[in-house]
Amino acid sequence: MAKATFVVPALRQYPQVPAVTPGTMAHSAPFVAKPEFQSPLGFPGALADDWQAQAITKMGELLGKYRSLRVYMDSCVKCGACTDKCHYFLGTKDPKNMPVGRQDLMRKVYRRYFTLVGRIAPKLVGATDFTKEVLDDWYSYFHQCSQCRRCSVFCPYGIDTAEISMAAREIMDSIGVGQKYCNEIIGKVYTIGNNLGLPGPALRDTLEGLEEDVYDETGVKVRYPIDQVGADILLVTPSADFFAEPHVDGLIGYGKVFHEAGVSWTLSSYASEAANFGMFIGSYENMRRISLRIREEAIRLKVKRIIFGECGHAWRVAYSFLNTLAGPWDFLDSRYPVPQHICEFTYDLIQQGKLTFDKTQNDDKVLTYHDSCNVARASRMGDQPGGQFDIPRAIIKAVCNQFYDMDEDTIRDRTFCCGGGGGLLTDDLMELRVKGAQPRVEALNNVMQEKGVTHMAAICAICKSQFTKVLPYYGMEMDQIVSLHQLVSNAIVLTPREDDDEDDDEDGEDDAQALDDDDSESIDEAA
Amino acid sequence: MSFLTGLYAFAFYFAALVLVAGLTWKVVQYARTPAPLKIPTTPAPITGGGVVLRMTREVVLFESLFRGNKWTWIFSWIFHFGLFLVTLRHLRYFMDPVPTPIAFIQPFGIYAGFAMVLGLAGLWARRFLVDRVRYISSPSDHLILGLLVLIGCSGILMSFVVHTDIVSVKAFFLGLYSFDLKPLPADPLLLLHLSLVAGLMIIFPFSKLLHAPGLFFSPTRNQVDNPREWRHLAPWAARFEQR
Repeated sequence: MAKATFVVPALRQYPQVPAVTPGTMAHSAPFVAKPEFQSPLGFPGALADDWQAQAITKMGELLGKYRSLRVYMDSCVKCGACTDKCHYFLGTKDPKNMPVGRQDLMRKVYRRYFTLVGRIAPKLVGATDFTKEVLDDWYSYFHQCSQCRRCSVFCPYGIDTAEISMAAREIMDSIGVGQKYCNEIIGKVYTIGNNLGLPGPALRDTLEGLEEDVYDETGVKVRYPIDQVGADILLVTPSADFFAEPHVDGLIGYGKVFHEAGVSWTLSSYASEAANFGMFIGSYENMRRISLRIREEAIRLKVKRIIFGECGHAWRVAYSFLNTLAGPWDFLDSRYPVPQHICEFTYDLIQQGKLTFDKTQNDDKVLTYHDSCNVARASRMGDQPGGQFDIPRAIIKAVCNQFYDMDEDTIRDRTFCCGGGGGLLTDDLMELRVKGAQPRVEALNNVMQEKGVTHMAAICAICKSQFTKVLPYYGMEMDQIVSLHQLVSNAIVLTPREDDDEDDDEDGEDDAQALDDDDSESIDEAA
Repeated sequence: MSFLTGLYAFAFYFAALVLVAGLTWKVVQYARTPAPLKIPTTPAPITGGGVVLRMTREVVLFESLFRGNKWTWIFSWIFHFGLFLVTLRHLRYFMDPVPTPIAFIQPFGIYAGFAMVLGLAGLWARRFLVDRVRYISSPSDHLILGLLVLIGCSGILMSFVVHTDIVSVKAFFLGLYSFDLKPLPADPLLLLHLSLVAGLMIIFPFSKLLHAPGLFFSPTRNQVDNPREWRHLAPWAARFEQR
């Protein structure tokens, strides 16, 4: 079991809503971005003397730009329906982690500066000045929201705390208080092309290594091409898929599926990142800038389709925002949605009977499936509502014999976040991540006890990295979390091609490890 | 014309003006603020008709709240449905002749007053009994509940215990349409009831009562899930593309 400097929450047979215990997570705050991480994103490096006035001006600007923020600031009636829905509240007991508690951190400032009653009688409606203490609370608690949208499912007005924490982070960035983890990563995308800062040569090395590994294991030459002009499909996948476990097993699986489909595809070293951390910090401009890299590559590589790999928040930006941010996509093949999810692609092939599976290859596992929050509540797959739940499960059932769902209250659109989403997957928030994972791990533990489940599949790079890290705190094994396409990869029966007999591995030696152990640690971080 | 009649006439002209102007201002503000990104909480309807259905279920049945918390749902649904019937019933005091449906629901409307107060009591009790709800309640939350309970109780008392001269009350309100002030009966319970209602009308556009129009503008509920098929672009976001 991993060592913790805090108390790891207990796993129970029946979930309990904890008693409100104020201040338990007031100490939790991520590292603040240094000026060098702020400026590439267009943000000031530090607080100015008139930060308060700047922040209020920015809030006014956002209230005019985002209907969600405007309506949600006014509409809450404090009914309490959301209060027991956030995994961070359930895991930490801190009332400022109740969705309404978190929203109120902004709402009390909104009421003070933007409403009549708040100006005249602040105490009556709980309005306060935007003091340094309030700002510190903002920094702490708006970095305890993974923007998973579970609260928005149950709110009678659909108030989405993610919208509010994004706006809060945007306001804080605009006055020079940024989060190091997110902003440093976005900088890496601008300079190198992906969150992990993996340059093109390292990617090419890795992909060659994968080709050799798959050939050695299967005797079939599966290609993992990169930067190939004229390929039909551009695959954009989270950069963790290139190196981290179990992510890379998923990437191997995508390649095998493309191989069986007989399509030409390519990765890109310039657009080598599916995730878009611009969303986490609520910055439309940065989100757009990151998205445009994909457009530029689609044009340069002359592809006809774009497919995204397994990544939750990335799929939200891709499915819901990419057309807005980087469209129109009229130069691509109009017979396919833009973009497509790799699960949609694989599912279509299964439906057409083009893939053959040996399900017994996964018989060493009993599976359950974790609906990643942003896939579940902020996107879709296929052409029917709820396809994002049914398609991944259909794929798992097509490649595995043993599958059981977790408790209904914890899956589909009521799924719990892994605890590491929304820009919180960093070591400086370890306590929050472990405690926030409690509701999900509890449900997992229950199907392990009752159904003998051994592994949980996910389709999100953040979920995979998060569970790899936090499961050991709960006495579980880090490899109990698997990629969905890892299961596909295990079971798929590959069709040999004519050139498979020739061994074209010229250098003959093991490819140099592109990264040492220290780096793989940081990969885990940046997933 | 007595001072009292003049005062209440003024109060209701003022309250009606504040309510209409204030709500119009907020609705226009909501409508003119762009929603730059597609953010429906999914699974979401993929057609406009589906969105109308989703919204209807939210408005009529409080679907999301039902999934969220059964106690809050049952109390708030009883309260809102009671309030709806009571409001419909009261239309008879503002219309002449009284339309048949309004006449038909009179007996239901009277008892709906009890339902309304019962629902409010349940909601108020949660503000004391559930620690999470207690934590998020501010004085204004209690005051609004108190205001509604007092309105309900004073109305019930007039229906069942201390009757007022309802014919004169109706004449007073019908007279307001043509600025023809008819005397208002000086019953304390009636005066209390009416001043609280005027107060409710005045605070509506400045308080959380804005949840009523707000729901219709909530992007997580009113957007169609079709971002891949239709390009959604807000005017301020479109300006980035012209650079």
